[in-house]
Amino acid sequence: MFRSLLFIPGNNPSMIQNADVFPADGVIFDLEDSVDIKEKDNARNLIGNYLTETSTYPSMVVLRVNQVDTEFFEKDLGLLATGKIDYILLPKAGVDSLGILEEKLVEYEKQYDLSEIKVLALVESAKAIIEVFKIAKHKRVEGILLGAEDLCNDLEIGRSDEGTEILFARSRVIYACASNNIVSIDTPNTSISDEAHLRKDCLNAKNLGMKAKSAIHPNQLEIINEIFSPSKKDIEWAKDVIKLAEDNIGKGAFSYKGKMIDKPLILKAEKIIEIAKQFKIS
Amino acid sequence: MINGVKRQIPDDLKAFEKSDAFKKIKRRLINKKEKQSQTVFFDNIEKAFDHFKIVSGQCLSFHHHLRNGDKVIEMVAHEIENRNLINMHLAPSSIFPNYTKLVDLIKNKNVTNIHTNYINGPVADTVSQGYLDGKLIMNTHGGRARAIESGDLKIDVAFLACPVVDRNGNGTGAFGKTACGTLGYAISDLEYARYVVLVTDTLVDELEDYQFDGTYVDAVVVVDSIGDSDGIVSGTTQLTKDPIGLKIAKDCALLLDELDMIKENMSMQTGAGKTSLAVVKYVKDIMKQKNIIGSFASGGITKSYVEMLNEGLFRELYDVQCFDLDAVESYHKNRNHKAMSASEYGNPFEKNPVCNKLDFVILGATEIDLDFNVNVTTDSLGNLIGGSGGHADIAFGAKVTIIISPLIKSRIPIIKERVTTVTTPGSDVDILITERGIAINPIRQELIEILKNSDFPLFTINELFDLSHRITGVPREVGHESKIVGYVEYRDGTIIDCIYQVKRFQ
Repeated sequence: MFRSLLFIPGNNPSMIQNADVFPADGVIFDLEDSVDIKEKDNARNLIGNYLTETSTYPSMVVLRVNQVDTEFFEKDLGLLATGKIDYILLPKAGVDSLGILEEKLVEYEKQYDLSEIKVLALVESAKAIIEVFKIAKHKRVEGILLGAEDLCNDLEIGRSDEGTEILFARSRVIYACASNNIVSIDTPNTSISDEAHLRKDCLNAKNLGMKAKSAIHPNQLEIINEIFSPSKKDIEWAKDVIKLAEDNIGKGAFSYKGKMIDKPLILKAEKIIEIAKQFKIS
Repeated sequence: MINGVKRQIPDDLKAFEKSDAFKKIKRRLINKKEKQSQTVFFDNIEKAFDHFKIVSGQCLSFHHHLRNGDKVIEMVAHEIENRNLINMHLAPSSIFPNYTKLVDLIKNKNVTNIHTNYINGPVADTVSQGYLDGKLIMNTHGGRARAIESGDLKIDVAFLACPVVDRNGNGTGAFGKTACGTLGYAISDLEYARYVVLVTDTLVDELEDYQFDGTYVDAVVVVDSIGDSDGIVSGTTQLTKDPIGLKIAKDCALLLDELDMIKENMSMQTGAGKTSLAVVKYVKDIMKQKNIIGSFASGGITKSYVEMLNEGLFRELYDVQCFDLDAVESYHKNRNHKAMSASEYGNPFEKNPVCNKLDFVILGATEIDLDFNVNVTTDSLGNLIGGSGGHADIAFGAKVTIIISPLIKSRIPIIKERVTTVTTPGSDVDILITERGIAINPIRQELIEILKNSDFPLFTINELFDLSHRITGVPREVGHESKIVGYVEYRDGTIIDCIYQVKRFQ
């Protein structure tokens, strides 16, 4: 379970050094878009050395490798040998590229005696949005991250503050993930210094059903974590509902502050408390 | 001999014992200069040199309120060079990177001794490399005032830049084309120098309000320009955007709140760096949430504090130097934005200096050691890059002194077994806040007691030291040459550490 994933460019040593300090639930070490083609080898070496040498890891390590059809893809996967990577983030994910990754992961798991490597799929093309339900069913996929910038390039449209142009894509990702019990992860907000816009964007995504959001700057994490966590009001409501449910065992429904509470709402309350506990929110 | 912070000091010097040792000593005061009513006016520095018969070996002083925009020290430096004066002793309250003319004067032995509170840039490099024939004395702002009033630092002629001067010799920095705000560092020079020369580019008939009293002023030199106003702004007016700096700043404000330091009538001081400004912002947020009104903020004043004064979050500001032009304007217009002299600010022998009234101060560090001694004078290679300024003064005076710093700066751990140079004794430093944890000086058990059940990541300083080495490895000691180029003088006039010539690398 996670609320926030922070992208850190693989060739940025000062950010990598502080990867465990930032309040992200997980860190995505990026070898793809944020790393220039001339820097690919350096970045891979840097991340490799970091994962091998450091004693201060982030709580969850994700590696964004290069696309399956590049010369870097297999070299990037070689970092699995460190045994420190929790997830591979597959860019331009689709059914076909997931198949290629699957073959390689089976190979590396055997070679390095690793337990099953999980995958986050980055869907960022029109084709991927159409086949997102198939992607979500893949046994290794535990989350789907929407990449809105590349998607909009594919659609030859621009981005708006409101995000109406990605409503369909967001909804497809959310429903695909929810129906397969995996995590939907919203596209990063590129307005690094506009906190109000980030807050609005997070609320919009959360209200649609996104469960987490990616960040491209550490300063975005506090707002993301706040919005994708249960609020104090939610937690109080959940505690009250659970208490009342315990006091009303055997009753199918009961009333709380003038509203009817039944099983779906009790389950919702239990989920809120579970999330709050995981993220140590009281 | 070994002094009170375990540093080797030459036997013929007064060694630092402990930070409150001055309490056993009686205040020494030389006579203030005799007031007079005849101020003479010149149109260039050369005439002032002639008039006061400035000769080799004398001590000339300056203030640094125009900071990197100052032209007065350069004018005087050129005159020293033109006259080929030698063995001069200069006592500017700080030395900034643009004071480049002094480099030649040091190398050519025109200038052989320097007293200052802060030194950075080419002059600092020149001294670090061993070119100064005599010694550099790095004292504190309060210590400089003490040295002047006691006669330990005897000033022959003070050349004081002054943005506006009237025909009676009164002067102010509150307005004018090179307005710099308060002139607090120069008050001791004004009152105790044998001769006082104001250097201005704006002469008016009469000033109603002034900080320099003309009865102390012997001469006024009117020139085309005393400085460049763009260089006056010090530090920054922008909060840090660095996520590590923001985390440290936020943790600092939350910690202060946990310690119940953010409360009615509180007083505080911070530096002017980007992270300090972020601390001010977070403290301000908490004050607003809790409807708290503080009594005062002090120090070098920035726009952030001006805004808090204007919003009614502080009743007064005590300002020894304005760090930005918003502060200059506020000082000019707002009666609750008050000037203070360096002596009123931090002189240990003042009855109740402002530094002693502070509840908490937030300070930076180049290095801090396992005894909590802080270095803001040199870098880890021994190069001069700063100096105490008011660091040691307010660390002594405030109820709680907090150091904020990343644990690792550009791969170099900030915590050392022993700092390269001691500026502020560890006995006056209470808390270190880094992005990876917080260490509290064990001599402050009452703070540890308050925080022990909190959610803050508390460590001993040794634990943070070990953690930083696990990340970076153990840095190799660089060492230094044997020549002592100067001394760090504690505010009471004792020597807290030596400054050595930096090592020559082949």
